Amino acid sequence: MRGLTKEYVIRRFLMFLLTIWLGATIIFIIPRLAPGDPVAAMISRMINQSGYIENSAQLIEAWRKKFGLDDPMYIQYLRYLWNMVRFDMGYSLSQFPQPVIATLRRGLPWTIGLLSVATILSFLFGNLIGALLGWRRTPKWLKRILPLSLSFTSIPFFMLGIILIYIFAFGLNWFPFSKGYSDSTPGLNLRFIVDVIYHGTLPAFAIVLTSMGGWALGMRGMMISIDSEDFLILAQAKGLPMRRIFTWYAVRNAVLPQFTALALSLGGIVGGSILVEYIFAYPGVGYQFYQAIVNLDYTVIQGIAFLLIMATSTAVLVIDLIYPLIDPRITYQKK
Amino acid sequence: MIPQPTSSVSGAYRAGREIVLDVRNLRIHYETPRGDVIAVNGISFQVYKGEIVGLVGESGCGKTTAAMGILQLVPSPGRILSGEILINGRNMLGLTEAELRERRWRELSLIPQGAMNSLNPVMRVRDQIGDAILTHEGAIPKDKLKARILELFSLVGLPPRVYDLYPHELSGGMKQRVCIAMAIVLNPPVIIADEPTSALDVVVQRVVAQTLLDVKERLGVSMIMIGHDMGLQAQMVDRVIVMYAGNIVEVTPVMPAFHNPLHPYTQLLIASIPSIKERKPLKITTGLTHDLRNPPPGCSFQLRCPHVMDICKRVPPAMIEREPDHWVACYLYGKEEQQG
Ligand SMILES: Nc1ncnc2c1ncn2[C@@H]1O[C@H](COP(=O)(O)OP(=O)(O)OP(=O)(O)O)[C@@H](O)[C@H]1O
Ligand SMILES: [Mg+2]
Repeated sequence: MRGLTKEYVIRRFLMFLLTIWLGATIIFIIPRLAPGDPVAAMISRMINQSGYIENSAQLIEAWRKKFGLDDPMYIQYLRYLWNMVRFDMGYSLSQFPQPVIATLRRGLPWTIGLLSVATILSFLFGNLIGALLGWRRTPKWLKRILPLSLSFTSIPFFMLGIILIYIFAFGLNWFPFSKGYSDSTPGLNLRFIVDVIYHGTLPAFAIVLTSMGGWALGMRGMMISIDSEDFLILAQAKGLPMRRIFTWYAVRNAVLPQFTALALSLGGIVGGSILVEYIFAYPGVGYQFYQAIVNLDYTVIQGIAFLLIMATSTAVLVIDLIYPLIDPRITYQKK
Repeated sequence: MIPQPTSSVSGAYRAGREIVLDVRNLRIHYETPRGDVIAVNGISFQVYKGEIVGLVGESGCGKTTAAMGILQLVPSPGRILSGEILINGRNMLGLTEAELRERRWRELSLIPQGAMNSLNPVMRVRDQIGDAILTHEGAIPKDKLKARILELFSLVGLPPRVYDLYPHELSGGMKQRVCIAMAIVLNPPVIIADEPTSALDVVVQRVVAQTLLDVKERLGVSMIMIGHDMGLQAQMVDRVIVMYAGNIVEVTPVMPAFHNPLHPYTQLLIASIPSIKERKPLKITTGLTHDLRNPPPGCSFQLRCPHVMDICKRVPPAMIEREPDHWVACYLYGKEEQQG
């Protein structure tokens, strides 16, 4: 591939592993710095629920052994790393004995589906609006109308979500209030897919409305600063059609820094999904994250934190590897 | 085409010389909140077929603005207030957007200042040159296009491998040659070159200048060459236009410009050419150029002129032909004629 050497790809991939290792280590250390004993906490929660548990002291002892909490720290650490490599994140505390990975596997497709579609739509609309706003030749009437589409950016997301639900679900009854799907059977059938899109429209709409303003403002600024570049003047002198100058000379250059931001926001999908999924009761990881926090489900929280690290580093890795394709000036070839 | 006589002041039609570009009374202001900057104050000049005209004058005198005006690409808040720009007798001002776009580059092309940032960083050289061809001549087969671009390359001394490269992979001199190749791709009658060599080191500068001369000889194209470097101008141009504060003060064939400059400003300009043979004190007149927002009445050079007279402060001098083909706007020459 252009601009990439095998050596660079390998080095970059090692960097990626290093980042994840560091992240995983931090996740390992932080809970252990906190006072208290997770097993004791879990048992006491069970006591709270059921009133009384026989031989609770022995139980704690046995469980500590089972989870290896009596082993030396480095053994625990190595075991933890090995588990992480196999995506074995232990059992959910609140839904014991369900493994954390099963919980995540249930939520992840919903989150990735909703958020990546919404983020990419927002990226496309936002950049188009910003490009038109920053382009000198955009018709006046369009320049006057477009800023209206950005006014939603200033409304806090939870409020916009509630307003949308109120209008389109409660008032007009066009869309469902919540959930990811209703009466269809999950699977690759048309009915289910339509159902999912139907349920996803309102939350996706809310995300796009609130986030495209950020893209638009960034893009507008880039377009304005590119407007006085010599190569744009030359393109005009060449008598090229305005459309070609707009897309291939102005936007093509102005959008480059936006791609880095896109990678980061795609990587941040999991963390960013909490509010959306909470408001729309959407069955994704964000909703699970919220519930895990409410239930003090440490293993799930840990699993999701690990997921966040994975997602962000993967997104950045991907953008680094494809960047030479979108900007020919970036090459990793040895000079 | 039939050459036409012209009413403009700076150079009358001469038998046997075909006027390719005729700029008449071009006026360009930058409209700022604190008044209009009169960057080009109603200038008129002609460019004949196959000649290179040098446009010189100190920084800020309006050379680039005039060039951009001729191209109708004056950046805002600049505006062309009046004038005519005739190329082969047809006015370029007042065309519709579509007509203008069609005639651009075919009839008037540009070699931009420095050329360092004049190429689109994300497009290959071949696509940027191809762009101009495809836009103006419609689709042509790929191999024909390539052959044509490679032919251009050999004309301007570029190796064929440049065809597939991106601008950042080229040296400054190569970029400049790409710009030259691009400017001649449609064989226009007039090319404007805005300080085409100013960002290059002296050696490359001379090589690129030679390339320009070769191209001009081969194609018989006319050029306006903007520049500070009087030495380079002396070697390249046929005639010199001297600008001061938005006005043309002298138009002359190149030799008299150096050996017999008439206007006090031209004299100053020639006197300040550095010499490597002798060390002479840098010649600087007192005073700066007046604020272009409110020029004094009369001659624009009056504040710095060593020979300033009473009349200079009242009425702007008109262009007179002091010697054949040598025009000057100054009361030192034929005061009486001018007042008439
Ligand atoms: N955007 C602008 N707004 C206001 N005034 C401007 C603007 N651009 C240029 N000017 C003024 O117009 C005058 C002419 O500028 P121009 O760039 O044409 O000079 P120039 O002769 O090309 O100078 P140089 O040799 O330095 O390139 C200058 O005095 C400058 O201050
Ligand atoms: Mg200039």
